[in-house]
Amino acid sequence: MAMLDVKDINVYYGAIHAVKDISFHVDEGEVVTLIGANGAGKSTILKTVSGLLRSRTGSVTFLESNIGGVPAHKIISRGLAQVPEGRAVFLQMTVEENLEMGGFTRPGSEIDPGLEKVYDLFPRLKERRRQIAGTLSGGEQQMLAMGRALMSKPRLLMLDEPSMGLAPILVEQIFDIIRTMHQAGTTILLVEQNAQMALSVADRGYVLETGRIVTTGTGADLLEDESVKKAYLGG
Amino acid sequence: MKKNMGRLGRLKKTTKVDFATYLGVTAAFIVVSMLRDQGVLTRSLTGMLVPICCYIVMAVSLNLTVGILGELSLGHAGFMSVGAFTGVITAMSLQSAIPFAPVRLAVAMIVGALFAGVAGLIVGVPVLRLRGDYLAIVTLAFGEIIKELINCLLVGYDAKGLHIAFNISGSLTIDDLNMAEGGIAIIKGAQGATGTTTIASFGAGFVLIMLSLVIILNLVRSRSGRAIMALRDNRIAAESVGINITKYKLMAFITSAALAGAAGALYGLNYSNLAASKFDFNTSILVLVYVVLGGLGNIWGSIIAAAVLYILPEALREFSDYRMLVYAIVLILVMLATNNPTIKGLFARLREKLTRGRKAEAKGGGR
Repeated sequence: MAMLDVKDINVYYGAIHAVKDISFHVDEGEVVTLIGANGAGKSTILKTVSGLLRSRTGSVTFLESNIGGVPAHKIISRGLAQVPEGRAVFLQMTVEENLEMGGFTRPGSEIDPGLEKVYDLFPRLKERRRQIAGTLSGGEQQMLAMGRALMSKPRLLMLDEPSMGLAPILVEQIFDIIRTMHQAGTTILLVEQNAQMALSVADRGYVLETGRIVTTGTGADLLEDESVKKAYLGG
Repeated sequence: MKKNMGRLGRLKKTTKVDFATYLGVTAAFIVVSMLRDQGVLTRSLTGMLVPICCYIVMAVSLNLTVGILGELSLGHAGFMSVGAFTGVITAMSLQSAIPFAPVRLAVAMIVGALFAGVAGLIVGVPVLRLRGDYLAIVTLAFGEIIKELINCLLVGYDAKGLHIAFNISGSLTIDDLNMAEGGIAIIKGAQGATGTTTIASFGAGFVLIMLSLVIILNLVRSRSGRAIMALRDNRIAAESVGINITKYKLMAFITSAALAGAAGALYGLNYSNLAASKFDFNTSILVLVYVVLGGLGNIWGSIIAAAVLYILPEALREFSDYRMLVYAIVLILVMLATNNPTIKGLFARLREKLTRGRKAEAKGGGR
C-alpha cells in the first residue's frame, strides 16, 4: 500500500470550491510533485494533508491509518512533517534553537544526533547556528525551515513551494538539497510553481489546474509533455 | 563535545541574567527595609511599598502575555480586580478561623490567584482564537465588565457563612443580605470593599515578587516557554513542528491572569477601603506602559519600569499642576533614549568592552 494515499478530497473556502475530487498517492522512497499555477489548489491540498484544512469528502490515509480528522499539531508525531510556504522560521530565535524546536515532539536524547545530521546536510546552517534566524538570507531561512522539519525524523516530508521568492542560484541549491535528501531515502511530497525544477527532481508528478488533476506521469514524461510545456515551461 | 559546551555556555548566560534579577530584587528589598526601619523613607514612600510590589508583579505577569506570548491584552486590571475582591472576601471571612495574619494573607492571595486564573480560562478559551486588535478589544471589554459586576456586588459574612447578592436593580442594600447579629459587610456595591482589615505587608510583597519571578523565568526557560515564544514568532511554523497552539496560549494567559490575581489580593488587603473603579482601563494601560517601557519580553526591565514609574508621579509632586505633563515628558524621553541608535551603540560597545575584558582575564587566569 502507498505510504500516503489521498482519495477523492474536496476542500472549500466558504463557498469557493478550491480542490475538486483530488486523488493521488506517494510511495515510500519517492519524490512526488504537485505542480500548477497560482490558485490551482496545490497548497490547499498540502494543508489538507497536514490537518490545517478539512476535506468534506474522501479520505487521507498515511501509513495505513486515516489522518483525516487529526489536528495539525498531532500530524508530525505520526511521521509527517511539513515545511510551510514562505520560509516560516522562528525569527527571534537562533538557528540552533529553531532546529531544536523541530524536535519538539521527539525525546531530548535525539536532539543532538538530529542536529548533527542536519548540519551535515546544511553546512551553511552550522556556520550560522548562533545567529538569529531573522537575520538570515531568504535562501538560508528556507534551508533552516527544511532542516527543522528533518529534526522530527519524518517518514514523509512535505515541501510547500521551497523556491518561492528565491534567486535562481538559490533555487538550484535548494533543489540540490532535495535530491540529496531523496538519495538518503527521505520520501518527499513537493508542491511547486517552478515546474521545470520540480519535475527534474521528481519520480512522478501531478499537474493541477483550477482544483483538478489534469495530467499525471513520471517526472521525465511530464517534462516532455506538450501541454505541460505549453502551460508551464514556456513552449 | 564542543557543541555541548557551547550549549552549556548559552544556558549559563540566561541563568546569569535570571540570577542577577533574583539577586537585585533581594538586595533592593533588604536596602529598602533597612531604610524604612531607620526612618529614612518618607511617610508617603513607605505607604507606596506594597502597591509598588503589586504593580511589579502586574507588570511582570503582563509581560508574559504581551512580551513572551505576543498578544495584546488591555484587561489586565480586570484580573487584578478579581483577585483583589476575592482575596478581601477570603481574608475577611477567615478572620476567626485563621487568626495569624500572614497565613490568612497567603490563603487570600492563593484564592485570589485561583479565581483570577479561572477568569483567565473563561476569557482565554474563546478570546485566544482572536488575534491582534480583536483580542485587545475583548480583553478591554472584560476589564470593564468585571468592574461593573463588582459594582453591583453585595457580600457580607456572619456566623452562618457568606451572604452574596447581586444588586442589579440598584434597590438592594447591605441590610437585604439578612445577616445575623454581628455579621460584617465586606463589599458594599459601588462603595467596594470597606472596613477591610489591612494585613498586607512589604515582606509579603517581596515574597510574591520572588514567586512570580521563579514561576515566569522557569516557564520562559522551559520547553513550554520555547513553545510559547515559537508560536509568537510564527504560528503556522509552530503548528507544523507539533505545538498545540491553544494549549500553550492558554498556559501563558492563565499564568499571567493568576499572578495578577495574587497581586490584586495583596493590593486589596493593603487598603481599608477599595472600590472596583480603581481597576479600570487606565490601570490596565498604566501596567502596559510599564511593560512597554521596560522592554517587551524583558522581565527585569518590567520590574525597574514599574518601580520607577510608580514613584515618579509622587516624586514630581513639586511640579503640582504640571505633574502629569512632566510625567508624560519623562516617558517620551525614556522611549527616545532606549530607542536612540547612538545610545544603543554606546551600550553595545560598553558590553563588548566588559565581556572582552572578562575573557582576557579568563585567558590570563588559565595560564
